[in-house]
Amino acid sequence: MTATSESLLVPFALRLGDDALILGQRLGEWCGHAPTIEVDLALTNLSLDLIGQATLFLDYAGKLEGKGRDADRLAFRRDAVDFTNCLLVEQPNGDFAQTIARQFLYSTWQQLYLNALADSADDTLAAAAVKCVKEVAYHARFAAEWVVRLGDGTEESHRRMSAGLDWMSRFVDELFEMEEADRALLAAGAGVDKAALRPAWDAEVARVLKEAMLEALPQRRTLTGGRLGRHTEHLGHILSEMQFLQRAYPDAVW
Amino acid sequence: MRAVWGVLAEVPDPEIPVISIVDLGIVRTVTAEPPRVTITPTYTGCPATQAIERAIRNALDQAGFTDVAVATAISPPWSTDWISNEGRQKLRAFGIAPPPRGDGRGRLTEERPAVCPHCGSEETEEISRFGSTPCKALWRCRSCAEPFDQFKCH
Ligand SMILES: [Zn+2]
Repeated sequence: MTATSESLLVPFALRLGDDALILGQRLGEWCGHAPTIEVDLALTNLSLDLIGQATLFLDYAGKLEGKGRDADRLAFRRDAVDFTNCLLVEQPNGDFAQTIARQFLYSTWQQLYLNALADSADDTLAAAAVKCVKEVAYHARFAAEWVVRLGDGTEESHRRMSAGLDWMSRFVDELFEMEEADRALLAAGAGVDKAALRPAWDAEVARVLKEAMLEALPQRRTLTGGRLGRHTEHLGHILSEMQFLQRAYPDAVW
Repeated sequence: MRAVWGVLAEVPDPEIPVISIVDLGIVRTVTAEPPRVTITPTYTGCPATQAIERAIRNALDQAGFTDVAVATAISPPWSTDWISNEGRQKLRAFGIAPPPRGDGRGRLTEERPAVCPHCGSEETEEISRFGSTPCKALWRCRSCAEPFDQFKCH
């Protein structure tokens, strides 16, 4: 790795960490509120996995950055404009079907992404990808099974699953957008060609939606900007709750 | 360094205290130069990882190995295939079905029913793939009607 690509790795690792952190936080909101105890456990297990993954990537970003910031510092003491998660993961939970829609679209992408990242020339990223993809395979399968169960369920569950996918579909294109840092890192052998993941993602989503007796994802005007720090209003609300303690009592410890 | 392995073999897993961290396969290496124990987390978000680090630190200190460092490594990733045979037997005796053998990444789509740790029946069904801890799934036996945990293949 040259010095240039190392400086590109910081925002790269931050993006991965921010996605996992915000989605993990969102899923944690279900704790004690899910439709059944099994689903409650499942969603919080997913949340726990994602927060563990966020810790790996944010710690690495902080280490490369060299300013003494660890994962906690990056999670709790940055403002919304400094977060570079995709817009999809910050979308509200809505009802259970909307949460499943978000999870299905994201986990399917994340599994493909991490499988590709496992071949990265950066050893730390490659090792983290291999570790995380084992967990994400469970997430993708859990979400896909629920898409089928709700889509091919009652009239009401079908309607809700469709509505959930409809809401989330506007944030899909952002997952495959290549930023400047992505292209530079890809050229250095450390990044992932996100655009190249699209056909496999489309095929898997189409397969599951067909099995679920659901229509293909609607074509809607795409919303992007999360990777550049331009977020929907939802992120501020997530952060105000997540960061409250460290904002009110900086550097407080247990 | 054999003495260090002996100390580690007495450190229980905080979530499943019938098996030691050595049986669980999370102690990766013990080296003399430099004196260091390297462990690996089961799941990235496993809250027990920090508790395990502390438990190892305490056990080593008490046994007089105050100069031995404890480090964490994530590569290669932990697999349930690293659970020892003795560990698998202890899990079963504790009422937890041991994980099927084979790499979890490849096995996800062709799971066989878990064997009931209470009566040995294979007439079992999965209730939830996510159980009381990240590493376990919840199953039910149709023969003896008992619910049980299965250590997930990973
Ligand atoms: Zn039984």
